[in-house]
Amino acid sequence: MLEVTNLACTRGEHQLFAGINFVLRAGELLQVQGANGSGKTTLLRTLCGFIQPLAGDIRWKGQSIRVLDEEYFADIAYLGHLNAIKDELNALENLRITCALAGNSVSDSVAIAALRRLGLRGRETFPVKVLSQGQRRRVALARLLISKAPLWILDEPLAALDVSAVVLMQDVIGEHLANQGMVIFTTHQSLDVAGVEPRRLQLS
Amino acid sequence: MSNLSLHGLMALVISRDLTLAMRRRSDVLTTLIFFVMVVSLFPLAVGSEIEMLRKMAPGVVWVAALLASMLSLGRMFSADYLDGTLEQMLLVPQSLSMLVLSKIIAHWMLSGLPLVLIAPVLGLQFDMAGDALLIMVVALLLGTPVLSMVGAIGAALTLGLRGGGVLVSLLVLPLCIPVLIFGTGAVAAITDGMSAAANLSLLGAFLLMSLLFTPWVAAQALRISME
Amino acid sequence: MAINWFKYSAPSTFYVLAGKLIPWFAWPAAILFFVGMYIGFFVAPTDAVQSEAYRIIFIHVPASILSMIIYLVMAGYAALGLVFNTRLSSMMATALAPTGALFAFISLWTGALWGKPMWGAWWVWDARLTSELILLFLYLGFIALQASIEDPRRADRAGALLAIVGSVNVPIIYFSVQWWNTLHQGSTIKLSGTSMHIAMQQAMFTMLAAMWLYVITVALMRVRSIILERERNTQWVADLAEVKQ
Repeated sequence: MLEVTNLACTRGEHQLFAGINFVLRAGELLQVQGANGSGKTTLLRTLCGFIQPLAGDIRWKGQSIRVLDEEYFADIAYLGHLNAIKDELNALENLRITCALAGNSVSDSVAIAALRRLGLRGRETFPVKVLSQGQRRRVALARLLISKAPLWILDEPLAALDVSAVVLMQDVIGEHLANQGMVIFTTHQSLDVAGVEPRRLQLS
Repeated sequence: MSNLSLHGLMALVISRDLTLAMRRRSDVLTTLIFFVMVVSLFPLAVGSEIEMLRKMAPGVVWVAALLASMLSLGRMFSADYLDGTLEQMLLVPQSLSMLVLSKIIAHWMLSGLPLVLIAPVLGLQFDMAGDALLIMVVALLLGTPVLSMVGAIGAALTLGLRGGGVLVSLLVLPLCIPVLIFGTGAVAAITDGMSAAANLSLLGAFLLMSLLFTPWVAAQALRISME
Repeated sequence: MAINWFKYSAPSTFYVLAGKLIPWFAWPAAILFFVGMYIGFFVAPTDAVQSEAYRIIFIHVPASILSMIIYLVMAGYAALGLVFNTRLSSMMATALAPTGALFAFISLWTGALWGKPMWGAWWVWDARLTSELILLFLYLGFIALQASIEDPRRADRAGALLAIVGSVNVPIIYFSVQWWNTLHQGSTIKLSGTSMHIAMQQAMFTMLAAMWLYVITVALMRVRSIILERERNTQWVADLAEVKQ
């Protein structure tokens, strides 16, 4: 369970948001909404522990994430604006290394299966630099299929994706929620997960 | 729960960084060529009188090594910062200091070690004696990791800043002066017929001290810069 | 009686307090400066060995001492700001840096002026001069780092880390430069030391006090403008009499 109380953040000199409160339980989906520059990314990065909030508290399973530190990192999967993949490596290598760093050493077959599910069949060993933007995003998303982390924090997961990939992501998120996972995300597109009504958090 | 051991993490990060460098060999080579070029410029600038060159050699090699390692500092974190992999590394469920140390080790293997290996050849250009060459290699072996470690702090602090490359030299060079002094001092001692032990043990002490503190400091610097 | 120190650590309170304190440091600084100069130039006797040229030490020595002390004070403030997240301490560190750099520069400049008649060279690689030069580099690094970071919070924290690393390094650098100096037989600036005339000591200490007060004055003035700059979007700044005009 993720509890956020009275969270406030500033960027430079001006305040982005204050008094953010919510509780996210297993199986829940939270969409963070707001105009450009309203602090969506900052909020997600604060929830990851990158940014120290100006005020307020973030608790995971009842303990402050500052105290949990590495334990908390083991429980989250973060997808940022950047895909976090290296041009010099191929899709398979990228996936295996990022998963291993997150504490999931996977075999080639598991990694290939994840890439194939995301529609990268036949491109598993292509160098990432020859892939299109959408395909790169898919490589980044493949990480989520392997991740065992209960809390997913996704910043614009659908950016650059085509219609079929969006449908696929909706399924993937649905499965994660059905497995008692939690997802916090931002998006400018519509994301409908079958049978789940997302909770919404509006930043002004 | 995470099943990533400390050893596993270090081996993973080091092999990752080495693989990446091997895919882009030119980066490693540029640093090395820069080092060789700077050293070769000195005889052209000050004249080829062999007695003077012999005396200057350790200083020239050390200053060139210092500059070359500054040049390569930009690579330590900035590529990973730009493509977002550094963000993921900050979320690794293990000690960030150890991750930073692994990156430092990989960086040294790619930028420091090649300099150490090629330095004797350059020493011959300056007609250095055999024992002086040996001491110079040992001193470089002890000193260049310190440059990488102190440099990591500067690289982390200047992450993503405009003009970061020059700035990092401004921050790091003054902090590296003790290494320069004792590194060249070791060779000077042996040429003057004294023992280089004192210089070398001081360099060793710097190495140990840096090993203890710099990974943690650089990790904090990364957290500050990634906010 | 317990004083609530935290009340004064709020930038809005400190801005007003600093404004009131400045004259109390500025005037004594000016008076002591003239007193020190007078003793230094008209009371202190001519040195047997160095004749009149030695009088530059009344500026050189206090400037050198202060340039080193300021670095430590700056690092201390920066560390406070980093550990306890007190913004005012970080602002103090930022405010002290240019003054520290200025004193390091004055120390080098006067050292060169003194060196010319003494050794016939503007610059000698004396251990202390060299350390001072490196100290100047450390100041410049700190200032350059803070100047190139836009986000004030990151600038504070990054600068603090650098200042702490620097202050740990200062003794190591000093020691290694000393070692290097003995090895290379450089010349060392030496005063007559124990036989220093009482008026010379008086002039030196008066100048040290004057410069110290000057540092406090300038740091307070600079921290006031930093506060204004950083808090320009807040209500209390908009309510200030000098802003309203």
